[in-house]
Amino acid sequence: MKKLIEGSMAVAEAIKVCRPHVISAYPITPQTHVVENLSQFVADGELKSEFVNVESEFGAASVVLGSSATGARAFSCTTSQGLLLMLEVLYNIAGLRLPVVMVVANRAVSAPINIWCDHQDAVTVRDAGWIQLWAEDNQEAYDMCLQAYRIGETPEVSLPVMVNFDGFILTHAFEPVDVIEQKDADQFLPPYKPAQYLTTKNPLTFGLLVDPDYYAETRYRLQVAMEDSKKIIEDVADEFKSKFGRYSGGLVEKYRLDDADTAVISMGSVSGTIKEVVDSLRDEGKKIGLLRIRVLRPFPKEAIFAALKDVKNIIIMEKNISLGLEGMLATEIKACFYAKEKQPKVSGYIVGLGGRDIPQDSIRNTILKAEKELAQAEFVDLKHQLIGGVL
Amino acid sequence: MKKPEIKESLLAPGHKACAGCGEALAARIIMDAAGPNTIVTAATGCLEVFSTLYPQSAWKMPWIHSLFENSSAVAAGIEVALKAMGRENEAKVIAQGGDGATADIGIGCLSGMFERGHDVLYVCYDNEAYMNTGIQRSGLTPFEASTTTSPSGEISWGNKTDKKPMPEIAAAHKIPYVATATVGYVKDLEKKVKKALSIKGPKYLQVHCPCPLGWAHDPALTIKVAKTAVQTGLIPIFEMEQGKITSVRKIAKKQPVEEYLKLQARFRHLFKKPGGEAEIKRIQQIADNNIEKYGLM
Repeated sequence: MKKLIEGSMAVAEAIKVCRPHVISAYPITPQTHVVENLSQFVADGELKSEFVNVESEFGAASVVLGSSATGARAFSCTTSQGLLLMLEVLYNIAGLRLPVVMVVANRAVSAPINIWCDHQDAVTVRDAGWIQLWAEDNQEAYDMCLQAYRIGETPEVSLPVMVNFDGFILTHAFEPVDVIEQKDADQFLPPYKPAQYLTTKNPLTFGLLVDPDYYAETRYRLQVAMEDSKKIIEDVADEFKSKFGRYSGGLVEKYRLDDADTAVISMGSVSGTIKEVVDSLRDEGKKIGLLRIRVLRPFPKEAIFAALKDVKNIIIMEKNISLGLEGMLATEIKACFYAKEKQPKVSGYIVGLGGRDIPQDSIRNTILKAEKELAQAEFVDLKHQLIGGVL
Repeated sequence: MKKPEIKESLLAPGHKACAGCGEALAARIIMDAAGPNTIVTAATGCLEVFSTLYPQSAWKMPWIHSLFENSSAVAAGIEVALKAMGRENEAKVIAQGGDGATADIGIGCLSGMFERGHDVLYVCYDNEAYMNTGIQRSGLTPFEASTTTSPSGEISWGNKTDKKPMPEIAAAHKIPYVATATVGYVKDLEKKVKKALSIKGPKYLQVHCPCPLGWAHDPALTIKVAKTAVQTGLIPIFEMEQGKITSVRKIAKKQPVEEYLKLQARFRHLFKKPGGEAEIKRIQQIADNNIEKYGLM
């Protein structure tokens, strides 16, 4: 059934049919509508969950950690500073192998404080051991929420999953979203039945002190679970398609890449704008396509290489920067081609920081410019009058 | 001769606590008083370190350690999960932390747990400094104790502040039960654990636990040190219900604070440096204030 709803409502509706036992969150713009909608569902008796209002995002992450360890399905939602405040707990949830699901309404990071969209928040926490899914639109964000629990709760995965969707651009945008009936959601997502959890019936110790004789093996097993989850992510997407008719999954999305010699790479909602630019450049005879990263962790290096192995030019447009180097994707994409025979030219551009609009003309001009240069961490649409004229 | 019967404890022997560890004793008494139908959380600290070095665990009850500052929030998550899954009759929930985890780094999460009314007993093992990391001062380190980050020196008498009033801070949250206890009086501790667990809602229990390593006292004197703290008035033992003091442990025979201080090398400077007598008087004043405030005599 299609509904014209705000992105935050779409995510809240998706989480509702996932029937989490416990929801804990702390308000932060632009995540608020998601948790407001969920708390209203609980207040109206539409969703039977314990909704725990906490004193901080750190507390929220800790509450869902405790709930998940007790065998409950747990949910949280945050963004930006809230996600950074959670960081210590994020590592802990992953290390304890708890399949918590969290939606992140991606937003820039302070200072200076800025409440608008970029991807610095989730990119910064990518090493924490969470699977990271990145949505382009609200339908995808909706579908990813259901898939996230299925992926994370798969016994051989047992990892937390983060669903990223762009702050304001998606959270506050009204789009038609096809919502899933509860009975169909229940079929796709059966109750969570962990092998081990906190219970007096089988008193186990969780979160022990592990010395140098054992620690590395725990991290190795996390790494293996991450790698193995690539196949599970694709299987879950296939099953989702067979049930609901939409392929709303996979590791990467390939758009008009088949015969392309130039590929743009992006994540999130800007991909929609880039696709329109690709279409118009195609109309002009350019062999260009887009590769959208849907899963940032585990990093789908095999799928990326397979999709781009015949491409000559790669143009990365990303909404984050690893200060002192370049955009995160630029580094990671280049690594996919290490020790391969054919090396494409890889140019990295930083776009849309702090919610700066990314018009089609900017994308188009950047693509045309990239044909003539090898860019590293080049900021698109910088206002030179604001930076003292040095550039 | 009949062999004494050794009771099977829920915190099993063989863990790695120091000889004479007050915290280990307190934890064993608390867990045995609580019984096996309990889920337990622990903050990072000595207790977690000495009882759970992989692949061994001393815990015969479901137990989880997450981080330093979130023992209370994890316990809250457990409590709501049990409720949401219809398992609320399966177990009581106890959260544990040391004095630093409770009064310093974890006070935000703890305040949230109190405010939201979770049915959790929070136990603060108060050994008056960060012992696990090497005896650094915490918010519950007493006035003029020498620690590795509040050392006595040429121009310092040690820790510059007195203990943060955590029981009162807990009580200010209008929680139904707050109590202090000590390993010096284990029957009282046991009784308070059982009472706390019979009350629904958030409970706070602060247990004074001498640390032979950090306080530099003879490990054989743990109980004596703990009792002397109470008998000087420095550690008042009381219960607060619905915000009001409802019982206090009366001092049987008041002892001057010197009797407590001289047992521990962390106060040695007070007896060695010129001017120490005046400082000891200031500590005596703290004890006298407690006696008056809590009606200990």
